[in-house]
Amino acid sequence: MIAVVDYRAGNLTSVMTALRYLDHDAVLTDSPSDVAAAERIIFPGVGAAGESMANLRDLGLADAIRDGVASGKPFLGICVGFQILFDHSDEDGGTECLGILPGNVVRFAENMTEGDSRRSLKVPQMGWNEVRFRGSHPVWDGVPAGSEFYFVHSYHPVPPDELVCGETTYGIVFASAVARENLVACQFHPEKSGRPGLCLLDNFCQWCP
Amino acid sequence: MLSKRIIPCLDVRDGRTTKGVKFKNNVDIGDPVDMARYYYEEGADELVFYDITASAEGRGIMLDVVRRVAAEIFLPFSVGGGLHSLDDMRAVLLAGAEKVSVNTGAVRNPQIIEEGAKAFGKQCIVLGMDALHVGKSEQIPSGYEVVTHGGRKSTGIDALEWAQRAERLGAGEICLNSIDADGTQSGYELTLTRLISTNVQIPVIASGGAGEPQHLADVLSEGCADAALVASMVHFGGYSVRSLKDFLHGQGVKVRMTW
Repeated sequence: MIAVVDYRAGNLTSVMTALRYLDHDAVLTDSPSDVAAAERIIFPGVGAAGESMANLRDLGLADAIRDGVASGKPFLGICVGFQILFDHSDEDGGTECLGILPGNVVRFAENMTEGDSRRSLKVPQMGWNEVRFRGSHPVWDGVPAGSEFYFVHSYHPVPPDELVCGETTYGIVFASAVARENLVACQFHPEKSGRPGLCLLDNFCQWCP
Repeated sequence: MLSKRIIPCLDVRDGRTTKGVKFKNNVDIGDPVDMARYYYEEGADELVFYDITASAEGRGIMLDVVRRVAAEIFLPFSVGGGLHSLDDMRAVLLAGAEKVSVNTGAVRNPQIIEEGAKAFGKQCIVLGMDALHVGKSEQIPSGYEVVTHGGRKSTGIDALEWAQRAERLGAGEICLNSIDADGTQSGYELTLTRLISTNVQIPVIASGGAGEPQHLADVLSEGCADAALVASMVHFGGYSVRSLKDFLHGQGVKVRMTW
């Protein structure tokens, strides 16, 4: 059974729908014991870091997440569930996060430009952008090179280079996916990203790190 | 580099898709789930559903459409039309929509933008706005006025001021429809689109007037739109989403070509 962690972080329907479509048993849960009992964990999220961390603490889930990662179970963080794995986020006036991964989460700069245009890029980044995966990994095995994924975010983590396994360009080059042992996490939404996203989710559900 | 999005728009009444020309004489062109699947396969980047059902009964049918679309189409999609309360929004989001769009409801009660953004996140809240060129005046400094009811009712609100206010209230995106261009198939309203898009930080989806591929290229470059809504062009044949993207790609517009 896969536990999809429900910490009141936005709409989680689409993650559950995608798993059902792929024929994987999953439960949407806010219970630390369900997370502890699960074979694999998906930590999704839409929203702000501050409220997400407050909800995790209120629900007693922060330790369940840390224990889940430490236990060696396959673990997938998505969007805010990617960002709050790090030490600290600048969002909401500065938020202490889970500290599972080293590094900080920062906002895209104002006045970033791209290509020939002198017009500054909008923040948030909303829409489809390419993820350039580094090396091979069972979770993106079979995802065609050049595939684009759906992003919605104003902040992005800055991890140590050895963790970075996917990069995306939006004014700057930022880390859009990381991997370490049994953990993978991505800034984009695989559950909203058509076939490449479904492929990644399906791979994760079968991954034995 | 972020891709410009091509977004087919489906008007739905009583669970069936229609497309109005200037919002009159709607023609039934099929099942929304079939059409959504078709556009998904064709490379649409997102979908928009407008529920133009009037009856309470029909609203239940729409939620069923949303659930069926969400069960097999893994793209972001928004649903608008007749969402007047947080409960209306919640029902649509729980049924599987990524975003909800408010239009007349927000003109009447702007707080719904703020409340929606707080409850569900800014990225969920799309402000749909219909704008009409009326010429510059003291009350309408931009020369474009917000209108409702398909352009039949004026509001006295300046379109640019409304867009900026909605952004401050927490709208995550604006779907900007030109009443002047809508249904004409003679091109998007580039001046209006550029005016709004360059004066807000949130993405702007251009709507109304698409008739040929060059119109999309124009609005996505000169018009500074982040996305282009298409309806008749793709619904009634002539153009597929794929052919539009091939054209745009050839014109140097960054679009998603792999799916």
